Amino acid sequence: MTRGRFVRAALMAGLLFLWLPILLLVAYAFSADRIPFQWGGFSLRWFSALAANERLVEAALLSLRIAAGAATLAVLIGGAAGWALARFGPFRGRGVFGALIGAPLVLPEVVTGLSLLLLFVALETATGWPQGRDVLTVLLAHATLGAAFVAVVIQARLAETDRSLEEAAMDLGATPFTAFRTVTLPLIAPALAAGWLLAFTLSLDDVVIASFVSGPSGTTLPMALFAMLRLGLTPEVNALGAVIVLGVGAMLAVAALLLRPRRG
Amino acid sequence: MTALLRAEAITKRFGPTLALDALDLEIGQGEFFALLGGSGSGKSTLLRIIAGFETPDSGRLLLDGTDIAATPPWARPVNMMFQSYALFPHMTVADNVAYGLRRAGVKKAEAASRIAAALAMVGLAGFERRRPHQLSGGQKQRVALARSLVMRPRLLLLDEPLGALDAGLRERTGFELRALQRETGAAFVMVTHDQEEALALADRVALLDGGRIAQVGPPREIYERPASRFVARFLGAANVLEGRAAQDRFDCPDAGISCAGAIPADTVAIALRPERIRIAAAGEGPNTARGIVQDVAFRGDDSLVLVDLGGGATLRVAHPEEGGPPPDRGADVTLCWEAADVVPLPS
Repeated sequence: MTRGRFVRAALMAGLLFLWLPILLLVAYAFSADRIPFQWGGFSLRWFSALAANERLVEAALLSLRIAAGAATLAVLIGGAAGWALARFGPFRGRGVFGALIGAPLVLPEVVTGLSLLLLFVALETATGWPQGRDVLTVLLAHATLGAAFVAVVIQARLAETDRSLEEAAMDLGATPFTAFRTVTLPLIAPALAAGWLLAFTLSLDDVVIASFVSGPSGTTLPMALFAMLRLGLTPEVNALGAVIVLGVGAMLAVAALLLRPRRG
Repeated sequence: MTALLRAEAITKRFGPTLALDALDLEIGQGEFFALLGGSGSGKSTLLRIIAGFETPDSGRLLLDGTDIAATPPWARPVNMMFQSYALFPHMTVADNVAYGLRRAGVKKAEAASRIAAALAMVGLAGFERRRPHQLSGGQKQRVALARSLVMRPRLLLLDEPLGALDAGLRERTGFELRALQRETGAAFVMVTHDQEEALALADRVALLDGGRIAQVGPPREIYERPASRFVARFLGAANVLEGRAAQDRFDCPDAGISCAGAIPADTVAIALRPERIRIAAAGEGPNTARGIVQDVAFRGDDSLVLVDLGGGATLRVAHPEEGGPPPDRGADVTLCWEAADVVPLPS
């Protein structure tokens, strides 16, 4: 059983490496001490302090709004792209299109952020839109990133969905639109929802791209946290971290459930 | 025979590949028709053209005299059973069967009774609430059949209907398909690559080769009287011997044999069925051959004997069990056959 023990030890080491910092953060969120990394007995005071911190709460609400908008846009754009990749057959430029769609997945966020900033500035110079950089530009930038993830998820789901299902629907009298609505859409709905959650999480996490394309009125939560770091940490940040870990964890769990391999 | 479906000079290309080459075909009312061929023969393309998933490049497709070549699949009175069955996984069995009726706007009460009747017809009454993933392969196939038949199509297309079933289930399902076809009176057009399936089920079989029909006719006719070397080889692996036609005679110089009989002058080869060749004690002259037994394979009701005639020619001989034990490997045997069993092949 040496192999079994080795595998278990490796698994434990990996889990610890990933989760120890996060566990510490969550634990310290419940510490009463003023210094964020010193244990001072159990307390919920930093959670109430967090709730009273208007700047942070406002930034959090803004982040949630941006994330929801960006995720919705990403599902529309990325869903269409994934559909085209999976169903339009070998159209001209398909390979290039597929590679380009996936590019934001591998490009450093700094590059994505900078290029989007350049685009927005150039657009403003040329057309007067968007005026300055604020919430809208962050939302658009996050939608770009999210669309890449959604496209990959949808393409994978469609690839494992038998194409003859749509043909069978049409054979039984459904127009292509009805076939899409009654057969394809219900089958890819879990993937769409999972893609939405992924895009939502990505947007909520992002600080790099947002720093490039945001303006004074568009301070997202990660940006506000980053700014706070420079002034010195308070245990409120730990509390916020704990809340975020919980929220993101729940969302990823739901996404994983939705993307489970299908039976039958 | 009144024609239900007529294909006239249907041609279809996929890029440089010619899938169907000016193909003509007629399928009668209430006929069980099989499109038989290997992969790339064009049989599946033809089926998809009849269903409406492909449009022919040229030619006409007449259903009851109306050209439907440009009619989209959802507007054709033709239904198809897919090879993968293509059951909607997110719907129950009843909803799957109801799908087409709902699209056609059939009233709820009528739809309910038609669904019940269709499921009863395929022996799946009581399965209404099941989901496709809870069904066995054979049950899925029946649901797919019920889903098509509930639409009361004039023409039902079946893509490799027995292909995904276990060997034991195939025979039974084959008989059930024929019973359903008689019961509904619809014309069934089946695509298959399995010649036994085609011969066993169909009223008529069309053998396709390279986008053309090599031969079409009742199973017995194309089996007994193949029109070409291709047909003879495809159906039941007959012995095909190349040679030269002479006056009332056909000479196969390679095998060193000569067949007497009514041989047309344009004959380029002959077919000899393995079960028509007998192993005799001795013999001389036309319609006999001598050779060495190369191998013997026991097949249950007969044994397949490979006889080497020399010169690179081998004859497959089916030796029946009633004929006593088959010869041993390496034995020197004499073969003979009746002049009437020699099938002249013009191409």
